[in-house]
Order: sequence, then C-alpha cells, then structure tokens
Amino acid sequence: MEYAIALLVLAALVAFAVTRPLRSPGAEERREQTRLAELEAAKEAKYREIRDAELDHRMGKLSREDWRAVDSDLRGEAIEILRELDRLEGGGRSQDD
Amino acid sequence: MAGVGSACLTVALLTALFAAGAAIYGGVRGRREWVTSGRRAVYCVAALCVAAFAILESAFLRSDFSYKLVAEGSSTSTPTFYKITAVWATQDGSLLLWATLLGLFASAVLFITRRSLRDITPWATAVLAGVAAFFLFLMVGWENPFDTLAIAPQEGNGLNPLLRHPAMMIHPPMLYTGYVGFSIPFAFAIGALIARRPGADWIRATRRFALVAWTFLGTGILLGALWSYSELGWGGYWAWDPVENASLMPWLVGTAFLHSIMVQEKRGMLKVWNVSLICTTFVLALLGTFLVRSGILDSIHAFGASTIGVQFLVFISAVLILSATLIIVRLPDLRSTARLDSLLSREAFFLLNNLVLVALALVILWGTFFPLISEALTGTESTVGPPWFNRLTTPLAIVLVLLTGIGPVLAWRKMTPSSLRRILLVPLVFTAVVLVALLALTNAADSTASLIMFCFTAFVLAVVAQEFWRGASARRVMTGEAWPRALARLMGRNRRRYGGYLVHAGIAVLFLGVAASSAFVEQRDVRLSPGESFTLGDYEVTYREATAKLGGDSSGTGAPISFGAVMDVRKGDQTFTLRPARNFYSSGDPSLGAISRFFEGEATSEVDVRWGLRRDFWLAVRPDISSLERPIREADAKFADAAGDVQALIIAALAERYRSDPPPAAFRAIVSPLVAWIWIGGAIALLGALVAAWPTPEARLRRVRALYSARLGKELSRA
Amino acid sequence: MDPSRKRKLRLGVALTAAVLLATALIYTSFSASTEASKPSEIEPGKSYEVTGKVVHGSIQKSGDDDLRFRIRDRDGTQSVPVAYSGVVPDPFRDGREVIVSGELKQGTFVAERDSLVTKCPSKFTKDEQSS
Repeated sequence: MEYAIALLVLAALVAFAVTRPLRSPGAEERREQTRLAELEAAKEAKYREIRDAELDHRMGKLSREDWRAVDSDLRGEAIEILRELDRLEGGGRSQDD
Repeated sequence: MAGVGSACLTVALLTALFAAGAAIYGGVRGRREWVTSGRRAVYCVAALCVAAFAILESAFLRSDFSYKLVAEGSSTSTPTFYKITAVWATQDGSLLLWATLLGLFASAVLFITRRSLRDITPWATAVLAGVAAFFLFLMVGWENPFDTLAIAPQEGNGLNPLLRHPAMMIHPPMLYTGYVGFSIPFAFAIGALIARRPGADWIRATRRFALVAWTFLGTGILLGALWSYSELGWGGYWAWDPVENASLMPWLVGTAFLHSIMVQEKRGMLKVWNVSLICTTFVLALLGTFLVRSGILDSIHAFGASTIGVQFLVFISAVLILSATLIIVRLPDLRSTARLDSLLSREAFFLLNNLVLVALALVILWGTFFPLISEALTGTESTVGPPWFNRLTTPLAIVLVLLTGIGPVLAWRKMTPSSLRRILLVPLVFTAVVLVALLALTNAADSTASLIMFCFTAFVLAVVAQEFWRGASARRVMTGEAWPRALARLMGRNRRRYGGYLVHAGIAVLFLGVAASSAFVEQRDVRLSPGESFTLGDYEVTYREATAKLGGDSSGTGAPISFGAVMDVRKGDQTFTLRPARNFYSSGDPSLGAISRFFEGEATSEVDVRWGLRRDFWLAVRPDISSLERPIREADAKFADAAGDVQALIIAALAERYRSDPPPAAFRAIVSPLVAWIWIGGAIALLGALVAAWPTPEARLRRVRALYSARLGKELSRA
Repeated sequence: MDPSRKRKLRLGVALTAAVLLATALIYTSFSASTEASKPSEIEPGKSYEVTGKVVHGSIQKSGDDDLRFRIRDRDGTQSVPVAYSGVVPDPFRDGREVIVSGELKQGTFVAERDSLVTKCPSKFTKDEQSS
C-alpha cells in the first residue's frame, strides 16, 4: 500500500518536472549562442596551445625556427576562430535591432 | 519506508527510460524541448536515487532489521562508521550506489553542457539514461535493496569482520566513482559518433570527468592494496586475483585515454583510437563491476553463483557490439586532419605509451580470463598464477616508467634533436651517478629488473625536477619573481602540464617501491614459545609474552576475544615492540556450543607493522588454541544454559589460561624494503591529479584573452 | 625516406611487436599454467589447482606448520586428503570453499607452500553447517 501511494506521488512529481519544457517551449536560445560557446572553448584551447609552444621555446625545447613555424600555424588557426566569432557576434547584434 | 524506497527505484527506472526516449526523439526531430525534458528526467533519476540511498542509510543507522539487507549485514553492536558503509558491502546496496553516482555525475555533465554541444547531448543523455536504466532494472527485477523480512529478527548478522577496516569501506565508493566517471566521456563519444561531430568538442567537455574518474579509480586500487598488506595474513599487496585485475585494466586503458585525447586536442589525430579506447575503458569498467558479482572466475572475492551474472553479460556484450558497429560505420568521419611529423615529438611518444599501456591491459586480460580461454581452446580449464603475471608485466612496466621520463621532455609536433640532447644531459648524468652509487653501495645488482627500475625512476625524478626548474627560470626571466612565487605561478598557469609531471613523478616512485619490495623482500615463518626468538635479516625478534584481551580490541572493530603476542624486535641499537594478534568473532550459528561459538566464528589476523621509509617490519601471529579445545567442549556441556555474565567469566578464565601458558604460536615476519614509497608515490600522483584537474579561474583567462586579442588584432590589421 | 614509406615502416614495426607479444603471451601462459579441477578428477603425476569445499571435521593441525584436511567437490561427497604447509587464510574453516595447488602423491594431495586460498564466505546466506 505504501509502495503504491509513493509510486503515484513520485511519478506525478517527476511527470510535472519533466513536462515543463514541453508545455512552454518558447524560452529557447538561438542556435548562434551554442555555436558561440563552442567557438569560445575552441579559442581558449588554441590560446593554451600558443602559450604552451612559447613556454616550450623559452625552456629550450624548441629552436627559434621551429617555434616560429609552429607559432604562425597556431596563430593562423586562432585567427580563423576569431574571424568566425566576429561574424557570429556581428550577425547576432544586427539581428537584435 | 521500505515501500517508499522501492517506489523511488521503480519510478527512477521508468523515468530513465523516458529520459532516453525523449532525448532520442528530441535529437532525431531537432525538437529542443524534448531534449531538455530528457535532461530534466535525468535530474529526477538522480534525485530519486539519492532519496532511495538516504532511506537505505537511515535504515542501517536505525538498525531496522525488517530490511533484509540490514539484518544480513549489520547489527546493533556494529560501530556507526561501519553501519554507514555496510550499505555498499552488499550486492543490492552496491548497485544502488552505482546508480546514484551515475545519476549525480550524469546530471552534473548535462547541466554543464546544457547550452553547448547541441548535436551531441541528446545522444549522450540517452546513453547515460540507458546505463542508469540497466542498473535500476537489475535492482527492481532481481536485487531490490528494499526487500523486507516478514518477521524482523532481533539482531542482525553483523558486518563480515574482514571488511571492518576503514580502507576496505572507502574502497568500493572510490572504485565505483571511477567506473561511473568513465561513463561520461563514453556517452559523449557515442554522441559525437552518432551526431558526426568527431572533433575535440566531446573531449573538451568530458576531459575533467575522465581525469576525476581515473584519480578515484587509482586511489581505490591503492586502498585495496593497502588493505591487503595491512589486514590480511599473507603480507602482500597484490595477488593478481581476478577481481584486483578487473579494476586495474580499466585504469590502465583510462591512463592511455587521458594521454591520447591530448593528441586529438592538439593535432586532430587518433580520432578512431580515442573513441575505441573510451569504449574499451567503459566496457572494462562494466566488466570490473560484473566480475566481482558473477562467480565465473575463481577468486577470493567471488560471491559464488549470482542471480545477475547473465544480465550483466548480455548488457556488456550489447555495449561492446553497438560501440564497435558505430565506430566502423563512422570510420570515414574519423580521418585524422594531420600527420605524425616526427618520431621525436610528444604525439609519437604518447602513442608509444598508449601501446605499452594497452599491451599491459591485454596481458592482464589474457591471464585473468585464461581459465575460460584454455577451456574453450583445449577442453581443460587451466590457470596462470602470479609468477606468470609478474614475468610478463615487469618488462612492460619498466618500459612504461622510462616513457614517463621521456614524455615530459618532448615538445609537440617536432623537437630539434640538439635541443633534446641538451635537455636530457643532466637527467642522464644523474641517472648514471645513481647507477654507480647503487652498484657500489647496495646489493641492488642482485636483481637486474629492479636495478633498471631504480635507474629509470631516478631518471624520471630528474626530468620532472628539471622541468619545474626550467619552467620557473623561464618565468623569472620574464617577470623577475622570486623562486617560490615563480613556481607557484608556473603551476597555476599550466596546471595540466605540471600536474601531469607530478603524477609522473608519483608513479615512478610507486614503481620504485614495488620493485624494491618485490625483489628484496625477506620472509620467515616460525613457531615460537614465549621467551624464544628468531632472526630475520638484521633483526632479532623475541616472543616476550602472550596477550589475551576480551571485549574492546585495539582495532576498534568490537571483537569479543583477541589473542596475541608482545614481540620485542631489535636491530643493532634500535628496539621496538610489536603486538600482532588474532581476533575471534562470535558466530551466530545456533548449532554450536554456548562457549565454542565465541571461537568458531570468523577470525581475523590483526597484523602489526612498523612502518619506515627504508623498510617495513611486518609481523603476524596465529595463536594455537587447540590446547583450549577440551576445556571449551567441557564448558559447552556444563554451561550450555548459563547466563551471559557467567559465560563471560568462563571465557575470561579460558583467555587467562591461554595467556599464562600458551602453546607455541605460528609467526610470519616480513621485511619489505621501500614499501612505504608505494603509498607515498600514490599520494604524490593523487596530488598531481588534483592540480591537473583544478579548474582555472575565469578572470585570469579573460585577461589573457584580451591581451592576445589585442596582439592578434594588431597583426591582423597589419597583414 | 618519404612520409608514406615511413608510415608503412612504423606500421610494420608496430605489427611485429604485437605479434611478438601475442606469441609470448600464448606460449608462456600455456606452458606455465596449472590445470584447474575438482577433487574427484585429479590424477597422480600432474600438478593441479583444485577447487572444492573443506569437509566438516576434517581439519587437523599436525606438527609445526602442517595442516591436514579433506577437500571434496563443491557438489559431491568424494573427498581427497590434503597435506598443506604455509599461511592459512583467515576465512579458512569447515565447509568453506578453497583453492589449493599441488600434486597427488600416494593418495594424498601434497600442496604447494602458501598456495591455499579461501573464498570470502557469501554475505547473503548464513553459513551452512551441514554438508
């Protein structure tokens, strides 16, 4: 008996919690914002790589030429990410108007 | 309340199934609200499991014997700490712990990624909910922790005395956190495969979970080894028992995974390898959970034939087949975007380290399942023992330690050979010096494998120390900080790297301890009467007198009777005293005599160890109570119906009889060099893992970002 | 050496190493293994790892270090006497399931030193006292 009552009560609570998004689907962010978060994460990872390479060079693991090559590659990749970020942010802003 | 607990599990199962379904539907149809609904359902599953767990815990704490689990595993006299931890000493309780941990971890990761990885999270949600559903299904269908007894007994069975040790009770939650933790990256890997997003996004989102899981699993394994060494009467810490191996294999493959994901993050390589590795790690984690409770392999831990073995096997096979199929189908998406430029690079050595780790795991897998393999291939069931395991794993372990020293020195992509030579100079010289010292001053050359291991450990420590020194110096050149501050800032700014180096140092020290204590251990088994002594190595051990204690015992486990010995140990000028003992717990069996049941229950060896940085002196005693057998049987007959306090007097008399005139007792003494460094090395590795996993504060990142943005912006405008 | 040849070479080395490891694995495991069996199946002249239950009332301590008991099949009554010396695990007692390695010599199973393993008793049922 206790089991049955608890079952019904708990099921009702869960159903209430779980169906809330289904009842009010309005509050949704635009696709751009997820892409934004992902690009931010990729950008931070790329910055870490640039810093790592610089640290490696300062510690003598990479010769100057090797470091220059790696650094310019990484910066190129970082610039691509920044470009796309700019595009998204700029596009988003104009849509806000 | 048992009914409420049971209802929680049933509703949780239904909710988990809904979560999986809703997430899949939302993912397939692109309906965001259904995915959100699925995510919330996972939160509900976590909440329900936590509620169920709390109800079960309260039953244990209240000693509510109407619960079958409480009656079987606890008693009114069990100390509170063990009442709390007895929950997961049982099959049902441990399944609930697994499910609860999974619910909590899944909720955490889904909450963190609720706005990102839109393509992947629906599938990850479904996988996590599916695994949770499986464990809940096992409980609801077969092993319900909330089963009640029609008639509640007055007293419970109590916790198995062998488990009454703090390390042993923390060990299962640690292992489970490890196993559960690996399910997170697994779920996201599956999601990434299905959603065709094989880039490093799923790795970045779950990397910390993998590291935390690895740390907990490693700590759990070490705790198990520590328990074996300090609690059991054989004096060893690793027996290559199937259950031990079952926890080590996912840890090894998990270590490989932690390294290879770095390669994918930095270079976009090893995509197929990474997804395969995490699927393997998860399958091994499930296998680890399953082996302990299946009875398919003979082991000291096996609980015999189990009711859920088949279900586990089916589930594991399903996971394996589905993962493999998915990887094969998505193979075209997993092409690398870069090539291995040079063998003298971090990527190359990480790949090498991966191969060694996987080889180790394979060797252990082969040996563990050999009884089944040999039966399938030859018709007779055969087993391989520790000597075989040691023979095959030692060379691999030695190579592994060497790699942990070379890895930190290398740079990504390509390293100039002259730089490598320059950087390795000091560590190699140090290693050579250590080698000469070992050969000249010690007998380390008696064991070639150990000698090599010692040298490699020295190499690793030198490399790590040098890395810290060079890094801090480089910082000081730029910022002019004092040494301590430079070191602290260096570690703070590069947590992953320097935390990782600390882990390497810890692991090298751990292997040093393992090598020394395996190759140079000295052991003796003797039989002594009071006053007699024996020698072991440089030690002289004298049996001073016997002890017999009733009621409270030194280890705090509430044992009724404790027979032991006071041993004086002398080495040169140094003397110390050890008091090993044997605890006798009473048996609840009604067929035993009134007095003999105090001696016929479980008995544990209470080892006494003198810990030391250079060596441990380990001593265990096995008192001979056969001379008491006749008086005990006489007492059984005479005092069968006597009151409790009369029985206590009889037992006190028997104990005094043993103490004053004990027959010769069997002793085992072991001198293990450098054993303590195993635990110390583990602690260093744990510290390193914490440093590596510690989140970097946001503020600092924003500042750095702004600086770099400005620089890049300048160069962009110039270009 | 051009990149693709380098890669083929590396792949070759890796595969060779794998094959070597596999061979070492298979060869050493089959040659170093002991046959696992039940007390009723063992024959003299070969070493075995025997799994069975300790027969009630059969445990005798003799001499300094020696332990004698009888071991029977898990589901059977046929038993074999065992002569063992070495560390005796804590859970060892009548009726427990044990694993011990050794050889059958003149009707007695002479066990290897320290090879006795006793399984942790089931936590879920009361220890059966009757066989």
